[in-house]
Parts: sequence; C-alpha cells; structure tokens
Amino acid sequence: MKFNFKTHFKYLAPAVMIVMIAGSACAQDNRPGIMENTPEISDDQKNYTVETIVDGLENPWGMAFLPDGGILITEKKGELIFAKDGQKTIVEGAPEVVSRGQGGLLDIVLHPDYETNGWLYLTFASGEGEEEGANTAIMRAKFDGKSLTDHELLYKASPNTKKGQHFGSRIAFDNDGYLYFSAGERGERDVNPQDITRDNGKVYRINDDGSIPADNPFVNAEDAKKAIYSYGHRNPQGMMFHPEYNEIWVNEHGPQGGDEINVVKKGANYGWPVVSYGINYDNSILTDDTGKEGMEQPIYYWVPSIAPSGMAVVPGEIYPEWSGNILVGSLKFQYLEMLTLENKKVVARTKLLDGMGRLRNVKVGHDNYIYAGIEGKGIVKIIPKNKHD
Amino acid sequence: MIKLGILSCFIFSYLGWTAFYFQDQDEALKASIKRGQEVYQDYCISCHLANGEGVDGTFPPLAKSDFLLKKREESIRAVKYGMNGEIIVNKKTYNSTMTNLGLYDDEVADVMNYILNSWGNKSKKMVTEEEVKAVSKEGKKDS
Repeated sequence: MKFNFKTHFKYLAPAVMIVMIAGSACAQDNRPGIMENTPEISDDQKNYTVETIVDGLENPWGMAFLPDGGILITEKKGELIFAKDGQKTIVEGAPEVVSRGQGGLLDIVLHPDYETNGWLYLTFASGEGEEEGANTAIMRAKFDGKSLTDHELLYKASPNTKKGQHFGSRIAFDNDGYLYFSAGERGERDVNPQDITRDNGKVYRINDDGSIPADNPFVNAEDAKKAIYSYGHRNPQGMMFHPEYNEIWVNEHGPQGGDEINVVKKGANYGWPVVSYGINYDNSILTDDTGKEGMEQPIYYWVPSIAPSGMAVVPGEIYPEWSGNILVGSLKFQYLEMLTLENKKVVARTKLLDGMGRLRNVKVGHDNYIYAGIEGKGIVKIIPKNKHD
Repeated sequence: MIKLGILSCFIFSYLGWTAFYFQDQDEALKASIKRGQEVYQDYCISCHLANGEGVDGTFPPLAKSDFLLKKREESIRAVKYGMNGEIIVNKKTYNSTMTNLGLYDDEVADVMNYILNSWGNKSKKMVTEEEVKAVSKEGKKDS
C-alpha cells in the first residue's frame, strides 16, 4: 500500500526509535578494515594430557625454573613460593608490594647465567616514593634456599598513583645480556605513553645491574627517561625473547578490542592511544586511526580482546607438530592460545587448556615442556599424548 | 484546640526532621554513587563494561542482574574479596574467577551504591562502610 505519512506515522516513529536504540546498543566500531576473530580460532583438540605440578595457588603471576628442579612462583598478593617435589614453602624476604587492582608481586625471571651469579629479578607494584599509591618497580636478589638476600632496587617508575590498572611488569633477557621489562601506562593514556620524559606505557632496557646501556635510544634526548627502549604501549603483560629472530616480542592489552602482539624495536612508538584497533569500554570511538606514519603496527591484533597474559615459543623437542608456535594466555576466555605464524603472519589459532581458568602465564621449562600458570588453580604441565613416562 | 495544636507541633516537627534526615541520606548516597563511579571505571569497567552489560557467557551483567539485586551480601563479598566458581545470573551460567581487587571497605560501599543505582537498578538501602566491614570472607550462601 502506498505510504501515507499521516496514517503511517504511528508506525514510523516507534520503528525509527527502535532502530536508533538497537543501533546505539551495539559496539560501534565502524572503522574500515578491522578483522574480527581472524583467522578463526580452532577448538581445543585435546591431543595432550595435563599434569598439575603445583596446586592451591590464587594468582601465579610469574614462575622461574631453578637448576635443581624447583620452581619459584610469584603469588600476586605478595608471596614468593618455592615449590619442589609437591611441597610448597613461602620464601622470606619478598619485597613489600601494593596488592591492589592489577598490581602486586608480579614477574620473576632468572639471570641467563643464574648458575654462576645467582641473580633473580622481580617486578612488583611498589609504594616506594612520596606519593600515595604505587607504580612498577624491578629489583634483583639472590635465593639461598629459604630467603631472598642481596636485594637491589634497579628501577622504580614514578609517580605513584592509586589507580588499579596497567602495571605491565613482564621481564625478559635477550642474548646480549640486556634486560627488558614493561610498565603499563597506569591508566593515564593521555599523559604517559607518548611522552618519553615520563615513565609508563613503555618497554625499558637496562643492564643486568640496573645501569643504562650507553646506546639506549633516548640517552641523549633532553629530559627523557634514559631506560626507555620503546614507547606508546598500553599494558604489556606478555614478553619473551624470540630466538629465531633475536627479538623481544610483547603482547599487550588493548581497550575494548585491540590487544596486540608487537615486535619491540629500539626507539619505536607503538601508538597508544593515538592509534588502536580497539574502542572505549563505553563503546565510544577512541581514535579514528588504526595506523599512522611513524608508529609501529602490531604483527597481530585481537578483536574482540582475549586479555593476553604470558608469552612463550614452543620448542621443537617434545612437541614437534607445534614447533615454533607462539603461546599466549587468555585471561578473559580462560584458555591458552597457540598461534601458528609464517613470516610473522598468523595463519592459524588453536585453543589449549580450554576452560581451565584465567590463563595468567605460560613458560617453557628446562625440560622443554610447556607450563601454564592458571588463576584459582596453580601450575600445570602439558604432556603430548605420545609421551608418557 | 490546644491538643490539636500540640499534636500538629509534633507532626510537623517529625516531618521536618525526616525531611532533613532523608535529604542528608540522599546527599550521602549521591556522593557515594559519584565516588563509586570512579572506582567502577578504574576496577570494573574492563570486564563488566560501561553500561553494566558484561560479556555474555564470560562476565556477568550488573544491569538488571537478579544476582546483584537479590543477593546483597554475596555481591558485597564478591566485590570485597573476589569470587570463584559457578553462579547463575539472569538464567545464564557463569564460571570464572573475579580477582580480589584490593579495594578498601569504603570503596566497596561506594561502588556497590553505584552499581545498585545505575542502568535501571535501584536500591532503597544505601550500602555503608560498616555494612561492608561486617561481611566476612566465608558466609553462608544466600539461597
């Protein structure tokens, strides 16, 4: 029938309203070229068994494998745990931490020459300083079997604030003896990450004793924080050294959508918050741009977010079919994501440990097995089905 | 006549008192809600999202949530200590971990007042710091 405005108006008005309300209720990222769940993730094939190595942990944020077979595990609430042969003991002398929001006792990594020099490295949310609240700190210490000794604070980001988010705090060594660590932007996206005269929103590179490498990118930049190696990050909670490329890789949380894997390059700007593949939590558009000249593109991004934490590369021994794949924990979806890359392009994705819990950390042990730290659970080990000792 | 006068005095005094008392309460609640919104945006929004809608199957909604509106003490306990395990919200099952956020008791009260009075939720009784203090880590589960 012919549309007559007068008679049909009573249908038009509610129809328009419904369309507008429905439209506004959907996440509104209308920017072109953003790919969701690409490539599509495969279900967990469960072609492996899972062995619980340490149980009864709340939030095993970091773990480090000792030469003698024990594991040092950080509990975010502030405990350092030594686990061996099914026993857990609390290590004395852990640093005082501010356990609030995402902060607390965070990562732990051993020096590459740990057997010779005994140094271990810890990141944590520290209240050290004048202001109330906390910010990211990194220290080193030694473990005598019972306690930590020889504490040395190597770097403390400032200022402290009471905000609960974005401490970053992953640590990795490269093959040249440099130590890298991340500090998230502490919830101050318009103030910290793009400014190299400020801490936060950065990946830092220091020597193993806390001194600044002479060829750090901003050692000669006026007022810059000299420890900065790259900037424009949001909150990297995954970091690893990739031996095939001799590079430091990170994964970082985006806002609503836009989690990323980045190859860390000296002096590079990773764009937060100027460019992003995500939008704000209230569905408003954060930025029109997903890329910009002079800013690094991620080698992979996730839309929707998986909330990545922890990162490792699968070695060839033990898991020949998975050799070279990248492992990233998903806090949000409670699985371990395994990504297959060809020339730094993701060609396949699979779920592992699906539904086991918030996947906080993943590491490869001295025995070349994959270990995962799961919130509300503990540390588990993945054993391929063809290997049963 | 005098009796009527005295009675009226009492009635109007009482009304006057309630007007001031409830206005103060109202102001206190408004202030708490405002502070609670800041707590929400710092600690809660990345999972429960800006309109309390959550993420279907992953993070439960707070907007018009039957769990929140009917299980007050359990809700306070979750915000205060974190929460683990399976719950049912608006007929959907959720099974994840809500981490212990490390909020102070007054922050728990503020954010509770914010979520109880946003997105179509309404709560007559204000959550106070005292009420939060009294909530223990293990409580009997509300049925």
